[in-house]
Amino acid sequence: MTVHVTSPKFKDNAHRALQDEQLQKAMGNVRQGFIDRRAAVAAKLPEFEALRDSARDIKNHTLQHLDLYLEQYERRVTAAGGHVHWARTADEARRAILDICKRVGARTVTKGKSMISEEIGLNAALEAANIRPVETDLGEYIIQLRGEIPSHIIAPAVHLNATQVESDFRRVHTHLDPQRDLSQPVQLLTEARGVLRDRFLAADVGITGANFLIAETGTSVIVTNEGNGDLTQTMPKVHIVIASIEKVVPTLEDVSQILRVLARSATGQEMSVYTTFSTGPRRPEDVDGPEEYHVVILDNGRSSMLGTTFQDMLRCIRCGACMNHCPVYHAVGGHAYGWVYPGPMGAVLSPSLIGVDKAGHLPNASTFCGRCESVCPVRIPLPKLMRHWREREFERHLQPATFRSGLGFWAYFAKRPRLYRLATSVAMRGLAWLGRDKGRFKTLPLAGGWTDFRDFPAPQGATFQDQWKSRRAGGAK
Amino acid sequence: MSARDEIFANLRRSLGVKGSEAPRRHVVQERLESAPKGLVPQRGQLIGEGLIELFKTQAEAAMASVVEVDGPMAVPEAVAEYLRASNLPARIKMGDDLRLAAMPWGETALEISKGRSDGQDLVAVNHAFAGVAETGTLTMTSGPENPSTLNLLPDYAIVVLSAKDVVGDYETMWARLRDEYGKGQMPRTVNWITGPSRSADIEQTLLLGAHGPRSLHIVLVNG
Repeated sequence: MTVHVTSPKFKDNAHRALQDEQLQKAMGNVRQGFIDRRAAVAAKLPEFEALRDSARDIKNHTLQHLDLYLEQYERRVTAAGGHVHWARTADEARRAILDICKRVGARTVTKGKSMISEEIGLNAALEAANIRPVETDLGEYIIQLRGEIPSHIIAPAVHLNATQVESDFRRVHTHLDPQRDLSQPVQLLTEARGVLRDRFLAADVGITGANFLIAETGTSVIVTNEGNGDLTQTMPKVHIVIASIEKVVPTLEDVSQILRVLARSATGQEMSVYTTFSTGPRRPEDVDGPEEYHVVILDNGRSSMLGTTFQDMLRCIRCGACMNHCPVYHAVGGHAYGWVYPGPMGAVLSPSLIGVDKAGHLPNASTFCGRCESVCPVRIPLPKLMRHWREREFERHLQPATFRSGLGFWAYFAKRPRLYRLATSVAMRGLAWLGRDKGRFKTLPLAGGWTDFRDFPAPQGATFQDQWKSRRAGGAK
Repeated sequence: MSARDEIFANLRRSLGVKGSEAPRRHVVQERLESAPKGLVPQRGQLIGEGLIELFKTQAEAAMASVVEVDGPMAVPEAVAEYLRASNLPARIKMGDDLRLAAMPWGETALEISKGRSDGQDLVAVNHAFAGVAETGTLTMTSGPENPSTLNLLPDYAIVVLSAKDVVGDYETMWARLRDEYGKGQMPRTVNWITGPSRSADIEQTLLLGAHGPRSLHIVLVNG
């Protein structure tokens, strides 16, 4: 019952996305907004780059001692009256959550935004058990109405325009006046606020993710701007946290270091509106808060990433900066990636979690421009890790035969520099001669992938290597 | 093997450790005990006047409103004045906070009810544990004194903050919290709040009042 994976069809997905006018219009909002806001807020904090180093070091230290910090975290949760459930797989995590929901007779569950919930396909499992999951993050709520998965890890509905949201609200909120005005985004927000307010008050169980788990105190931390996750975990009788093993950090001081780079990298805010630290269930004297507090800790393949090249990926704090800055993500949007984690972080993480046979296209969907690494708050070498996946894909003979033989053909020359120079200079002169009239080619044998979409310019002068050599000799930059 | 045991066995195999190595345990214990501060931005290390100014600037940048009053006795009138100016009914909800209880609410026409919110309250007043100047962030601690629901459910959240509880950085705030609750202990909920609730989920347009308060008003108490 996991989310349907369409990653193997990345090329078709991407092709469709490029033709989708609504999507292309919506993606314009990503290109403009996120990048400028992050740059502005980073410029206001002189220590920002040093804080990125600090965040990376904290995560590295924690991963090196992950077993011990998880043990400490579990002790503190238990001491505070909470319960920890361990899940090796998505299936075990779903069952742990369903067991709790069934035991307390839950009929409605409110949910804060959680990528782990998406990863384990929790909503489908709840529905199959006749429990109604209600997403409360505005973006998640919208895509739940549409039966979609998030297209962005912090802005799940970023692929949509207001008119699409309006028609979904009219389709689903049939108890409201059909003549009502929903032409302004604020009217859509107000309507969702009203509808979801009732759900917060009626829910039997609240399920949230966790941005961090703190070993020192047994605390789970969520970060939101809407206040939805905070209401989700405050109103119902039972609060369930679903988090993966790498979310743990040692102390309150450590989480504060990382929080200084999280919102700045994600939305370009100095700090998100709500950062909520939850420790155990309500205390005897409390007048609000849940009576039960559970944490389901998921492995799902992560423990096997430790000690490998891909350990670096476990530093990820899910800010979304890599996709906000990715030209490929801008062009095709998140759904083309075919599973819950899109963009550069998804291109590295998805093959680890669902297999390189299914997600092998994703690490190839990169121009290696390096912008993702340059903005990653915990300095994950995303291009390097994508390159590692490409190598594994090649080693496992997963690409088509033409691709492999083409690569072999190129490698033959690349390993023989003199032959390579000779061949390229002959080919270049040949092409220059053939294209001497028009200066470009509309079609070229074996290059349809290029010339189907744009002309191939005819070479104008010497090869790159020749030009490089002569410029170096001439002292030019 | 239980799920728990298998996960830990996997972790340790991947890390190439047994889990019982004394030096590793010592490193972890040491870090948990000493909780090293890391890098605190310069702006978080201000003191005196500049500290209060920074808190106000940052809170207002996050779209909270801030009013300063000369002492606790002036708080009820400042709250009443804010409600009048915002065209709101003179009705508030609050918890059992002793600092709030000692204020002369009877000198205003405010109608006050006590306890948690059930989602019907338009305005609530809570007392902050601290304010952090570097980002204009309030720290709220749960309990009968200041119920968490009052931070989240009302349309208008009013927070009373003593100027002496304004600190520069998160680390100083955590040190004060440890003094009050004990090392390794936390209240059920600590809410950091930086401005009113908002969402940009529709076309990346920033809108206030998503699920939490549409407005956050801070009454900063000097003296």
